[in-house]
Amino acid sequence: MSDSENILEIDDDSFQAEALSGDKPVFVDFWAPWCGPCRAIGPIVEQLAEAYGDQMKFAKCNVDDSPATPTQYGIRSIPTLMIFKNGEAVEQITGVVSKIRIEESIKKAL
Amino acid sequence: MQNVDYDLVIIGGGPAGMTAGLYAARARLNVILIERMSPGGQVLVTDWIENYPGFPEGLSGADLAMKMSEQAQRFGLEIEYDEVQSLDLKTDVKTVRLSGKTITTHAIILATGASPRKLGVPGEDMLIGRGISFCGTCDGPFYKDKIVAAVGGGDTAVQESVFLTKFAKKVILIHRRDELRATRILQERAFENDKIEILWDSIVTSVSGGLMNLDTVNVENVKTGETQKLGVDGCFIWVGIKPNAGFLDDAIKLDDYGFVITDQNMETSVPGVFAAGDGRMTPLRQIATAVGDGSIAAFKAEHYIENVNK
Repeated sequence: MSDSENILEIDDDSFQAEALSGDKPVFVDFWAPWCGPCRAIGPIVEQLAEAYGDQMKFAKCNVDDSPATPTQYGIRSIPTLMIFKNGEAVEQITGVVSKIRIEESIKKAL
Repeated sequence: MQNVDYDLVIIGGGPAGMTAGLYAARARLNVILIERMSPGGQVLVTDWIENYPGFPEGLSGADLAMKMSEQAQRFGLEIEYDEVQSLDLKTDVKTVRLSGKTITTHAIILATGASPRKLGVPGEDMLIGRGISFCGTCDGPFYKDKIVAAVGGGDTAVQESVFLTKFAKKVILIHRRDELRATRILQERAFENDKIEILWDSIVTSVSGGLMNLDTVNVENVKTGETQKLGVDGCFIWVGIKPNAGFLDDAIKLDDYGFVITDQNMETSVPGVFAAGDGRMTPLRQIATAVGDGSIAAFKAEHYIENVNK
């Protein structure tokens, strides 16, 4: 995935601080370099980060480097997209889905 | 001649749609391709492709998808990321309703492909993404040194089971018949692989697990009636595909399984509407056949548009 100004890279160490606290909801894209579909969904997430970045924090977590966080949430499929609000997981999407489907989840969480 | 937004709208960005787009762009048609997710379609979730000519070493599905889309865009193909909500095909000028706007066109190529079929057994829906998977290349690495089940007997099931043995210590392939349907070379690889165990004549009756993860696949032998519980960490399902034809309603003639019926020109029951690839009624669904379909559909759509514009 390409580097993006709008998407913060987080790992097992920073997950608690970056994803589970703060005022804004946090969108997390769980991905890995070996996952073709994750690469495919990357540009969609970037577009959404651009559109909703002022209302929601966007982050991505490489499950290869940070296995503890996905394990904690029972993630066994990627890409998995989750939205956290006040420290709680409120939305979860597994697999490559349409931008519209992701946008629906974002709007629900806002 | 009536004014339209586009000469041709291609729906779907897998190999069939991308090829149609490549040909249409090179024919200098006023064409747009609509893709709801990301170019590639099912190719994206295919770990390795070695039966598409021109790549003697094979290549990853993600790479092929990217190359196809680059090639079409090099010739000016416009791609829009949106999802078709409905079509109006009653008049010569056809209307495509997207999520945010409506566009008009003379011709349409349906390259909407297919999606993996679910088993339809209890527990499956709840455990998708938590042990139930349809994509080896996405999820295989989560099962390092684990035991997984795989269901099916066709090319995808057998090839992806072999792929899973790179990670899993054991793959139990569950197949409802007493022989595999997969092509011979894939069968040979499965039989030679000592990490693969095949459960013949068996079907999955249900899957279950805890709050977080699947842990059990319940299997029944269709010949003896014997049942057993398989303790596994994951279950991969490769039992065929279903067409993505939900938005078509009854505007176009489909076969009993929902695949679009065409003639040899890829034209459907509606003049000016063509179909290509896995979503079409066809004896073989491969990248090579989708590419062939896509080129014929674009060629015939071009003729159709020329006649309309006369």
